[in-house]
Amino acid sequence: MDLVLFLTFALIAVACGLNMALQRHPVSSALSLIGVMVSLAVLYVLLGAEFIAAAQLVVYSGAIMVLFLFVIMLLNAGAEKLTKKAGTAHFLGLPLLLILLGLSSWVITTATSHAKPVKFGAFTAGGPREVGWELFTHYVLPFEVTSILILIAIAGAYRLANKEMD
Amino acid sequence: MYSLFPPEFFQLSVPLAAYLILSAILFTIGVATFLFRRSIITVFMAIELMLNAVNLTFVTFSNHFGKVDGQIFSFFVMVVAAAEAAVGLAIILMVFRNRATLQIDDFDTLKN
Repeated sequence: MDLVLFLTFALIAVACGLNMALQRHPVSSALSLIGVMVSLAVLYVLLGAEFIAAAQLVVYSGAIMVLFLFVIMLLNAGAEKLTKKAGTAHFLGLPLLLILLGLSSWVITTATSHAKPVKFGAFTAGGPREVGWELFTHYVLPFEVTSILILIAIAGAYRLANKEMD
Repeated sequence: MYSLFPPEFFQLSVPLAAYLILSAILFTIGVATFLFRRSIITVFMAIELMLNAVNLTFVTFSNHFGKVDGQIFSFFVMVVAAAEAAVGLAIILMVFRNRATLQIDDFDTLKN
């Protein structure tokens, strides 16, 4: 059943990603990105990372994408106009990206050819208890630094979005 | 459905490389969107897609090595992405207020 679930949600993720890249309207792109994030959350559960899957749903597809949709609708962003100003990116971009994808896939397959396959239920240390234990013992300094970062981000966002600027 | 595939198909486990290649594909889609799209909001969403692809790699290796550190790292990536989204969208709001456009071709004040 692992392979069936993986293939289903990997295909959904790739299809939603391509849809995000090809849609002209930002709202369609944002909804496709939510599709990618939800299917990635299912893959995290398959990998035994329940806490990260829940955080993915709550933080990414909940908070961040709602913020995106809010800004899109606040700015009344319509479909984008296609322009030909990208220059070299238009000619070199796609071949170079395909080379990047091919090379990285080759490196991955050769480097992990002897790795044992991923089996659902083999790794169970991804629950909130284990993650929280590790987070508040080994990683307590990065955790506190992150809280300061978020505080700065709140202050910066408030300052930037404030109407009475200059 | 069950008649379409042999029963062994449903017992197969997923190779590690499949997850990593899926992550590479998503990252490439993100880079392509970043390069080719002209709307500043879509470009910003492409960055989120790339961060998600890297998160999948972290969680996959966390599973492979049997340690929880990779998940902690992807948790930090998530938190930083949330802060980055808040600040970035505030910047987009301010830019739109000053220039009344979202096309990135129009933001070329620093060019030349």
